[in-house]
Amino acid sequence: MNIITCIKQVPASSKVEVDPETGVLIRDGNNVKMNPYDLYALETAYQVKSMSEECRIHSVTMGPPSAKSVLEEALYMGSDEATLISDRRFAGADVLATAYTLSQLIEHIHDYELIICGKQTTDGDTAQVGPEIAEFLSIPHVPYVKEIIDVKDKTILVRSAYDDYDELVEVAFPCLITVEKGLNVPRLPSYKRRIEKQDYKIKTVTMRNLKDKNPDNYGLNGSPTQVDEIFPPTKRTDSIKIEGSSDELSKSIVEILQESRFL
Amino acid sequence: MGYIKINQEKITKEIAQELIDVCPFNAFDYIDSNLSVNSGCKICKICVKKGPVGTCELVEEKKEKIDKTKYKGIVVYIEQRNNIAHRVSWELIGKAKELALKTKEPVYAVVVGNNVSKIAEEALRFGVDKIYVYEDDIYEDFNVEIYTNVLSEFYDKHQVNIILFGGTAQGRSFAPRVAARLKTGLTADCTMLDITDEGDLLQIRPAFGGNIMAKINTPNHRPQLATIRYKMFNEPELITPNGEIVHEDSTNIKKETSIKLLETYEKPQVSDISDAEIIIALGRAFKKKKDLDLIEPLRKRLNAELACTRPLIENGWFDARKQIGLSGRTVKPKLIINLGISGAVQFIEGMKESELIISVNNDEHNKLFDISHYSIHGDIFEVLPKLNDLLDQIL
Repeated sequence: MNIITCIKQVPASSKVEVDPETGVLIRDGNNVKMNPYDLYALETAYQVKSMSEECRIHSVTMGPPSAKSVLEEALYMGSDEATLISDRRFAGADVLATAYTLSQLIEHIHDYELIICGKQTTDGDTAQVGPEIAEFLSIPHVPYVKEIIDVKDKTILVRSAYDDYDELVEVAFPCLITVEKGLNVPRLPSYKRRIEKQDYKIKTVTMRNLKDKNPDNYGLNGSPTQVDEIFPPTKRTDSIKIEGSSDELSKSIVEILQESRFL
Repeated sequence: MGYIKINQEKITKEIAQELIDVCPFNAFDYIDSNLSVNSGCKICKICVKKGPVGTCELVEEKKEKIDKTKYKGIVVYIEQRNNIAHRVSWELIGKAKELALKTKEPVYAVVVGNNVSKIAEEALRFGVDKIYVYEDDIYEDFNVEIYTNVLSEFYDKHQVNIILFGGTAQGRSFAPRVAARLKTGLTADCTMLDITDEGDLLQIRPAFGGNIMAKINTPNHRPQLATIRYKMFNEPELITPNGEIVHEDSTNIKKETSIKLLETYEKPQVSDISDAEIIIALGRAFKKKKDLDLIEPLRKRLNAELACTRPLIENGWFDARKQIGLSGRTVKPKLIINLGISGAVQFIEGMKESELIISVNNDEHNKLFDISHYSIHGDIFEVLPKLNDLLDQIL
């Protein structure tokens, strides 16, 4: 069996602000890390591998050349292969263009039965890329997987968490699943794997390697949505700030609650 | 549409550094005296606006414009389960009617299921002009492949302008599938919707995982799609129905699927914080489970529901349904008291419509203070014991 895991590099800190005067984004440092949900996607792949014979895991990411570091992390955790898809023509890609690019990469890789993605990323928080990749590949997807029940020859049995209920579904390969945080305990990258993989060269794929080479379908050109403006969240102008000793503060809270008739 | 072009003759080492510093996405590479843009670029145009003058420009590529007059109607997808509509659907009808006043379009609903005539009648009472009904035995349970075929057929036939989906677990799996099928844009978890001067749907949501909001639109694709969380908008007033129920023929819509639903497990009911009138919300300042005892007197006194931020769910202290925020539940109680919450935009967008917001935090630059009616600057572990003493004294 061949498994593809889609992973992403995200900002390590969520402390991003916009300067109200200049409109410039201010990021707290340039630190990056692997999207936390993707660690669970990788661990899921390694566990499926341990349940089935002859299984290979191929981790892929889309991003600038520096995004290779998340692929290295995946290799040191347990992935067999890793591919970066990178091209300046992918700049400005929204969900549709990102999912389309990744689906083209997956078609380029060609051999796969199962694709595993994290439920969402911590920078976009949309949870849309996984389902859209599946649609572009015309394969089924199962979101929010919280447990892999069984892996059979031609199908996989999973339990998914919806708002007020869980579903147990059996889905035929090839298919895509997105996994919840916490369905397993992701392993750490190991020194042993690092030594094993030290001569491995991460593959890089650009638009020229893809079947669809039309630049209109990638990056900003291939993105139906457009960000017009970014702005800081609105503030209350009537906000009352209360300072003082904890005695005074607790008294104020009681007064506010009494005034508004909650006490 | 287009790309960022760098005027290389103006690039010096210093200017390159200036541009690298101004870019929030690390999208510039300066190698061998050559500055290039890598695929991290989000075309936010900050380098054009704020970088050294004349070094970067946005090269726009002309694209054929679609004829927007051909697309009419704002549609709400009615999510149903066991023939009961999710109430977010009614909230979206309310918003659709507001938008339609500006665009002068009809408001439609579409529902897929088996025996959903009651839902269709209900939708008319909420004021839609038409509800399109797709019924078949096979539509009894939601199936993302089969339902996508239905919505795609619906769009092909009716060429509507906007489709709104509830941002439920099901909606967030279904809407992207529809968007990719129709090759159009989709904005997740919008917190505000409006119409732009050009007549497009203005979609507002938090962006880049930080404390910023983005205005997003879909200028040259139809339909325009968005998901919106439950409790973000209000349900409209009920009216005397004057709309029409349209039964659609689904004979020719493909019904094959490779997803087999074997079983459904209902989660045990927990009191839903979405409907709570008084909430005490706890954040990561609570380090030990024992700390939770501190809030018990206040909770009892106010008869409040407890809710929390994501870290406390991850600790396993609370059921995931107690999480407030865009990735949890949206709440609009009469009173919310936030204790030790740092105020990520995710959380704030999930509770800012509350009628009275009181926040206690020892960090005075905490973002939650910006939207609170009362910002109490103090340490919860000092304030709460005093507060509990006071509560003992008053009857």
